[in-house]
Amino acid sequence: MLLEINGLTSHYGRIQALRGIDVAVAEGELVALVGANGAGKTTLLRAVSGVQPVTGGSIRFEGQDITRLSPDQRVAKGIMQVPEGRQVFGPLSVEDNLRLGAYRRQGADTAADLKRMYAMFPILEEKRNQAAGTLSGGQQQMLAISRALMANPRLLLLDEPSMGLAPLLVSEIFKAIQMLKDQGTTIFLVEQNAYAALAIADRGYVLETGEIVLADEGRNLLADEKVKQAYLGL
Amino acid sequence: MFAEFLQFLLSGITIGAIYALAGLGFSIIYNSSHVINFAQGEFIMVGAMSTVALVGTGVPLPVAILIAIVATMLVGLALEKFAIEPARNADVVTLIIITIGASIFLRGVAQVLWGKDFHSLRAFTGDTPINIMGATIVPQSLWVLGVTMVVIIALGWFFSRTLAGKAMLATSYNRLAAQLCGIAVKRVLMLSFGLSAMLGAIGGIVVTPITFTSYEAGIMLGLKGFTAAVLGGLGNGAGAVVGGLIVGVAEAMGAGYISSAYKDAIAFVIILFVLFFMPSGLFGKRATDRV
Repeated sequence: MLLEINGLTSHYGRIQALRGIDVAVAEGELVALVGANGAGKTTLLRAVSGVQPVTGGSIRFEGQDITRLSPDQRVAKGIMQVPEGRQVFGPLSVEDNLRLGAYRRQGADTAADLKRMYAMFPILEEKRNQAAGTLSGGQQQMLAISRALMANPRLLLLDEPSMGLAPLLVSEIFKAIQMLKDQGTTIFLVEQNAYAALAIADRGYVLETGEIVLADEGRNLLADEKVKQAYLGL
Repeated sequence: MFAEFLQFLLSGITIGAIYALAGLGFSIIYNSSHVINFAQGEFIMVGAMSTVALVGTGVPLPVAILIAIVATMLVGLALEKFAIEPARNADVVTLIIITIGASIFLRGVAQVLWGKDFHSLRAFTGDTPINIMGATIVPQSLWVLGVTMVVIIALGWFFSRTLAGKAMLATSYNRLAAQLCGIAVKRVLMLSFGLSAMLGAIGGIVVTPITFTSYEAGIMLGLKGFTAAVLGGLGNGAGAVVGGLIVGVAEAMGAGYISSAYKDAIAFVIILFVLFFMPSGLFGKRATDRV
């Protein structure tokens, strides 16, 4: 397994946000984590990136224990996150945002990678010298994803990439995610849009109030009565 | 008439350059940590006083300057490492109070080490005043302006052309995203204290032949640098430079045309005015984020 999370717990003060999470992601897989607002999805992703303190359990990456590593050390190992709400560097140019995505690869030739990103999202090339903060929500999401890809990640963590986007853009973003998976990128996707996420995922987990309550192949979860009722509105 | 005005203007710009460097120091640390470092003035003093001390023991001036700058940077790094970092989970006001404590501590150490006397350095290149349209300017003023200009250009280059500089900016814009890009926020914090200490030391050293220095010279220089930074919009580099020049010139004009007794008061009138009427300063942040 590329990523193995065992018995992970995390707290906000005295409130327990994660209650012993077990999640695994294999190389080349697209794994979706779905659940309601406040279930702990973002907390889990942040714990994997090292920006949310954990109180117990372990996170292993490529067989190595990374539970105590700092966020930048995890990035160096190839774990990149596209955070919730895009979080682009607003006053910096689009291209500077992309270059910062490759921050841990200093010395590497990023020109080819920049070209790759511009080919995937041509609008970013058009606006390469504009401040990232002036982009629309959808464009910022494309930028956030591209910024993470600039690191050539071994594992891409996506936190609610469809949040707050118009339906047309949502499908464009999911198409891009599908394409990345087809190119062999390992992806751990967190989504409230359970239907779209499970439809493209190899496997899925359902998170409820800090606990994994269901784990199965994506299409099985889509067909699951409980999931249908609770998350798909069917 | 005009010569007099020009005279005040020149001396205002000279001292304003030092305020600008101090203001930049405030802004850099503010950007990386949201802390207002009230020990910034002490960086100026430590740079100046240690140069004086080194020259006093016979070290050639250029070498003394270099050692003093490095020593001041070490003081800045130590302040971050041993006073700010251990308290990193405290709120910003606590951190600011820590810097005030550090400034008192540094003044105390300086007083013990170097005494309470005023000290000076000899001018870098002679004392023959230069006449410009009836106003006179000492060669050291040109050193102050030249060095300040070089430092500002170098800083501008660092922040706009190098990935390390952009990483520092990125950290100030969005700390979480910076961490997720693999930027070591701790190192950015260290770098910002080192850089600010360096700016302070450079300013303190070049101006000492004109203004003299003492263990408590940092108080006023620091507060005026703070005024410069606030006037320009805290965290805005170009703003700090403009703010510094405005404070310097206003002070020189006030001292020249009104009374030199009011010299120090002018900076404080400016800061009160700014805080009351335009708290985000002349070039305060305009929101460019779209949600």
